[in-house]
Amino acid sequence: MSDHDVAVLGVGMHPWGKWGRNFVDYGVTAARDALADAGLEWRDIQFVSGADTIRNGYPGYVSGATFAQALGWQGAPVASSYAACASGATALNAARAQILGGLCDVALVVGADTTPKGFLAPTAGERGDDPDWLRFRLLGATNPTYFAFYARRRMELFGATPADFAKVKVKNAAHGLSNPNARYRKAVTEDEVMASPVVADPLRLLDICATSDGAAAVVVSSLEYAQRRGAAGPVRIAAISTVTPSYPNTVIEMPNFTTDSAAAAPESPVTFRDAIAQGAYAEAGLGPDDLDLAEVYDLSTALELDWYENIGLCGAGEAEKLVHDGATTIGGRVPVNPSGGLACFGEAVPAQALAQVGEVVWQCRGDAGERQVEGANVGLTVNQGLFGHGSSVILVR
Amino acid sequence: MTTKERVPAVDGWFTLDDADPRLLGNRCRACGSYFFPKASGFCRNPACSGTEFDEVPLSRRGTIWSFTTNHYAPPAPFVASDPFEPYSVAAVELPEERMVVLGQVADGVDPAALRVGAEVELTLGTLYEDDDHEYVVWKWKPTEGGAS
Repeated sequence: MSDHDVAVLGVGMHPWGKWGRNFVDYGVTAARDALADAGLEWRDIQFVSGADTIRNGYPGYVSGATFAQALGWQGAPVASSYAACASGATALNAARAQILGGLCDVALVVGADTTPKGFLAPTAGERGDDPDWLRFRLLGATNPTYFAFYARRRMELFGATPADFAKVKVKNAAHGLSNPNARYRKAVTEDEVMASPVVADPLRLLDICATSDGAAAVVVSSLEYAQRRGAAGPVRIAAISTVTPSYPNTVIEMPNFTTDSAAAAPESPVTFRDAIAQGAYAEAGLGPDDLDLAEVYDLSTALELDWYENIGLCGAGEAEKLVHDGATTIGGRVPVNPSGGLACFGEAVPAQALAQVGEVVWQCRGDAGERQVEGANVGLTVNQGLFGHGSSVILVR
Repeated sequence: MTTKERVPAVDGWFTLDDADPRLLGNRCRACGSYFFPKASGFCRNPACSGTEFDEVPLSRRGTIWSFTTNHYAPPAPFVASDPFEPYSVAAVELPEERMVVLGQVADGVDPAALRVGAEVELTLGTLYEDDDHEYVVWKWKPTEGGAS
């Protein structure tokens, strides 16, 4: 146990779906659930850290204050973080820093979103200096366009097939069947995946995650506070990695038009996605062999396979074999996405990294019900937000 | 019938030279790193403190790193054709600049003929039109023999 650990006292979620209500409602539901799970009153919270949404106007940009007001002003300082899909981890890290710096004992972290139907789109207006706006305007480069580039690379480099990708969806759909917070709870067959409409070749509708409404919240505290509250052997956060890329970043990433040029600077053998998990392993003093489970960001089925390699579960080109052998299925060597992943949730951007943390906490407490991973004591989450945001959390019990 | 005025869909990113269209990037005078779209102010290589850049036309030819065909109309600000027609987007590695540059694939290219590693070259094509203008953008087109 390192002196950088903090305790997770409680987690809560509002179920994912397309509910059409204000994101604040979902966030408050998740926050109250997390507080109840922690056995704390809202007025016990000394710091509120919000993960922002950019799709819901001003309240979304000041989410820490928005949630604090909705729960009832009680004076606690707030922070609001935006890091795209990595916002939840960034908000969690802000809370952890307050605790480790001795500025507070216990903090609440909340992320929630209400999303539009269909593709995630850039902010409206004529914004010719915003690469996120320009990539839609000049290229029609949607998010699945980039996912498809990566999927095609796996096919080219490793001989991956659409059937390999479909197997990931089948696995995640099976995992999520009994998850009460998942939006999609229905078994899916490989044939169904491969018969679904092509979105961005070679990816089909069932290869790509939907956009959802949802919320997740986490209550974190110092280990001393947890002990004072009588929390016996709480799940601990052993690492949070929020690294950025190193120049030259030579993998094309949303929302960019180009990679960095490697003409004048040496190219690192470690890709940005590799570096995200490596940062977390280094901080925790753990490695891939220590993991009992992982929650990875399956924006697409093919991307889940990339993550297996990025977090060190296997070497380059070996991910297809892992999913074929059932190594990443519950009951296998290292189950991946026992929650059902984005395949079953759909993406609620600022809530998603916190939902990953919530699942690992439930797994490590043995509270995951039918999807419980036997003997889960160490879990890793990993995700990446556009504009260069890494996110990986290691939880241990 | 009047001819619509051809205008670039974005200013200063490429030349409107149909015979030899080029993307316009720039290059740091100190370290030689290339940038597209152009960098300004400070070099983005963290090992370099350069502040001066020369505009450079990027290599016209490169090889396909990856590609896809989009079968659903993107949201605004993309201006989709009506009825919507699928279009391809390619990520192309430029040898000299050692960078990957995205672009739509030229109209009329059969997506089934695209291959990773195939050679493509820059061309100009229509992004969309309104009553008075044809908005032009750069596109990638397989070279003779490059689409094998």
